[in-house]
Amino acid sequence: MDKHSGWLVLSQHEVVEVIDLPGIYSLHPRRIDEFITFDVLLNSENEVHPDLIILVADATNLKRSLLLCSQVLDLRIPAVIALNMVDVARASGLAIDTLKLSRLLGVKVIPINAREGKGINELKRAIQTRLKAPASDFLDVSALAPDLIQPLQQLTGARAPYAALQIACHYINFYCFQAEQKARIRHLLETHHFSAARFQAEETLRRYERIRHLLDEVTRQALQPSPMLDATRRIDALLLHPIGGYVILLIIFLLVFQAVFSWAQYPMEAIDASINHLKRLLAAVLPAGVLTDLLIEGILSGIGGVVVFLPQIMILFGFITVLEDTGYMTRVSFLMDRLMRRMGMSGKSTLPLVSGMACAVPAIMSARNIELQRDRLITILVTPLMSCSARLPVYTLLIGFAVPDTRLWGLFHLQGLVLLAMYLFGWVMAFLVGFVFQFFIKVNELSYYVTELPIYRWPRWKNVVLTMIEKGKVFITDAGKIIVAISVVLWFLASYGPPQAMRDVDERYVQLRQQAASPVEAEEWLRTHKLEASYAGHIGKVLEPLIAPLGFDWKIGIALLTSFAAREVFVGTMATIYSTGAGEDSGLDVLRQRMRQERNPHTGQPTYSVATAFSLMIFFALAMQCMSTLAVVRRETHTWKWPLIQLAYLTGLAYLGSLITFQLLS
Amino acid sequence: MFLFVNIVMGMKKRNQLISLAELKKGQRGIIQELPEGELSVKLMEMGLLPGETVRVEHVALWGDPISVKVGNSLLSLRKEEAQVVLVEP
Repeated sequence: MDKHSGWLVLSQHEVVEVIDLPGIYSLHPRRIDEFITFDVLLNSENEVHPDLIILVADATNLKRSLLLCSQVLDLRIPAVIALNMVDVARASGLAIDTLKLSRLLGVKVIPINAREGKGINELKRAIQTRLKAPASDFLDVSALAPDLIQPLQQLTGARAPYAALQIACHYINFYCFQAEQKARIRHLLETHHFSAARFQAEETLRRYERIRHLLDEVTRQALQPSPMLDATRRIDALLLHPIGGYVILLIIFLLVFQAVFSWAQYPMEAIDASINHLKRLLAAVLPAGVLTDLLIEGILSGIGGVVVFLPQIMILFGFITVLEDTGYMTRVSFLMDRLMRRMGMSGKSTLPLVSGMACAVPAIMSARNIELQRDRLITILVTPLMSCSARLPVYTLLIGFAVPDTRLWGLFHLQGLVLLAMYLFGWVMAFLVGFVFQFFIKVNELSYYVTELPIYRWPRWKNVVLTMIEKGKVFITDAGKIIVAISVVLWFLASYGPPQAMRDVDERYVQLRQQAASPVEAEEWLRTHKLEASYAGHIGKVLEPLIAPLGFDWKIGIALLTSFAAREVFVGTMATIYSTGAGEDSGLDVLRQRMRQERNPHTGQPTYSVATAFSLMIFFALAMQCMSTLAVVRRETHTWKWPLIQLAYLTGLAYLGSLITFQLLS
Repeated sequence: MFLFVNIVMGMKKRNQLISLAELKKGQRGIIQELPEGELSVKLMEMGLLPGETVRVEHVALWGDPISVKVGNSLLSLRKEEAQVVLVEP
């Protein structure tokens, strides 16, 4: 979980660290991110256990905000309440006497407007005044568990009675306790017949009871229509309409997809061109040699492969932040929950899946907005099954090879239909795998769906831009390292081989040149045979018996290995293997021609049949042929466990799918 | 006799209660009770408290989830969650 923190300069002599904890509705944690907040607040040994808490309360929903505030105040940690959205509350006729509220709660209450930065100076001044915890608890919990609190406080070391009871409710998931201490707590709770659920319910009711009396004293609601609530109701009538709502959702998603799929194309091409330019420049300046090769073909290509993702990531997060900020994302969740729940995901998984049709890398990063860990994990695991844009060149090559260029019933372009079928196949597989995974992936959290549908607001553009930059930065620094490292390894495997074999190729190249072959032809011959003699070539040959049942020979084996860098590399590698000059459009036809001519040396049969082509397509539809996805899953899940599981299941699925396809068709 | 009437009245009152999930779009109800349990705590925290008036505002395509208005806030909840909330229509 990412912790957002920063430094706040209070005065010349005072700088404090401010940490933004994952948002919660109440102190009782259920989800993993809520446990993080819980631990920070209740575990005094947590390295970021606060000296002071700034409680940001929502004036438009004061009742519910005060529930959390009152719970935190009862932990007896110094606190100040920053009352946000007072302007919106006032516009809807709600007057709040903040001074009285402050007096009754025993804590400073500062009205702020976070969007416009109002009240922030007052808040800073309040922080400087050495705030204390309120003198008395908001709710006297001793009545709820009279005999339990004292021994519990001794056992847990909690200063406040309420903190002790909170720990009693959640000690099982409390990180800092040893097994022995947990056993003692359990014994104590059992002897007192303590029920966490009963305590929580009773506590919540009593707090709300007190809050109601408090609000009667400090607020006045004028009977006037609230423009914000009114606008929200009218927008919802449209956006949550049982039919119209889905049409609008589809349009918005198509727009996002279009942006990530095609608008990102221009900056991506520009990045590619600049990297190539830089490569040529360096090649001209630096002396030829191993190090120059490593720098240009290994490292620089790797860096290019990282930077090229930036436009897609930033565009997608721009859109997502706008959808989140306006409040629409919770509506997406509402509309899609039923469908996605069956597939082991949640309504918010829809956008990552749709974005996955452009590229899995930004899509997987965007799965962060899914609150439930299990749903988020399943979404991350199945997103690479969506047909991303890098598969398009592979499909184009193979469909052009295997599917005749005719029309079905004189109407539908057959090649186009097959391509469409490949996209649908991705969706079906993602749903199927999600459906199965929900029975295997268990996460220790209570999954409730109930959420608030907030009022619609304009996006905070500064926040949008900041998020775009932050996501780009995180990707480059965290996933980038892994991508560069893997691409250096792949470059090495494809450029180096056993010295003897490589020397033989060089010698024959010299002979060829002397026999007056044209320089272009000789160059091509050299590239083809160097790849064959390289370690990648050897690995391809070792793999052959394993992939022969799928209809693949060792040449495809090489291309499978190199295309782990990115799926579209497959086409380039095949072009190199068949010496057709790398992947231009005319090159594609030549490549298909050469593939048709290729014969199996043992049987004399054509190597590439329709069965092989379809088998390959299924392989690319299912396999995790993408090191960047692997790297980004590592970054998002913070462990190698999930990317490796993903690599294993997708490769297994691809092998099985290709095996079935090839055996059925041939 | 009085006791008996009371019991019958009490039963009648209980029988009138339906779950929040059974309310149709646009219908109102007053929350009467929630069972003991973790889910109820969560729902109460979100503002679904006994005595509050709720109104079903939207129903998603497959009849689930539903959105309800309670106080000034709009909540979205699944049918299975709404099922435990007993309301008097």
